[in-house]
Amino acid sequence: MSYLLAFLVGGALCLLAQLVMDLTKATAAEILVGSVMLGAIAAGFGLYEPFAKFAGAGATVPLPGFGFSLVSGLIKEMPKEGWVALFSGAFKATGAGIKAALIFGIIASYVTRARA
Amino acid sequence: MEPKEYRQRVKRLEPPRPIARNALWAFVVGGIICLIGQVVQSVLMAAGYNQETVKAPTSIIMVLLGALATAFGIYDRIAKFGGMGANLPITGFSNAVVAPAMEFKQEGPIMGTGARIFQIAGPVIAYGVLTAFVVGLLRFAIMGGKP
Repeated sequence: MSYLLAFLVGGALCLLAQLVMDLTKATAAEILVGSVMLGAIAAGFGLYEPFAKFAGAGATVPLPGFGFSLVSGLIKEMPKEGWVALFSGAFKATGAGIKAALIFGIIASYVTRARA
Repeated sequence: MEPKEYRQRVKRLEPPRPIARNALWAFVVGGIICLIGQVVQSVLMAAGYNQETVKAPTSIIMVLLGALATAFGIYDRIAKFGGMGANLPITGFSNAVVAPAMEFKQEGPIMGTGARIFQIAGPVIAYGVLTAFVVGLLRFAIMGGKP
């Protein structure tokens, strides 16, 4: 069941993004930035947490889930760190993914031959 | 020819965008990637991670899969028909970091790989962090730091 939900919800988010791209003049980069911002705003209203509980990876794997992680990391740190969490919290939950991408990216640039 | 007339002619001759087909492929490809994410998460949870601790290793593994597919030249081919289905998931974020890192290798390790690695991921992270900051600030002002 959780697999079906992940497929359907994740697929639906991607379908929406594709429709926005084909029906408006928005570029891919604008849509990616916009989805992260929308995810972060939804998380601020406390809407994304129940959505992620419902759809699992269908909600957390697409980019709005990245925005959700930025905000939820920040909110979770607030009781402990106070206002400092506004600056330190966003990368708590997202750091692993970003660092992994950077490390694999640099390794890939060394081990692959440059394509013409 | 008047510019207006020219634009109309261009519009008429432009091939129609295959909107329905693009949407369908985005749905299928995005759905499958999220399904893989769910499988990775389930396997990790069976191995002892809980709902909270499973998030980071799931991201790392999905990013690794995206990086591998990019390095082997598979991801670009998936993105060609998958569109947003390939770009929106975290594997697409990984692709957006790894692909320019590889592509701009010739421009050197600093200004090539190092600078271009954030070409697409940079704006996403920058505006994501800014939005999270504003959202957090508002919550802090209204709710006083309660989670």
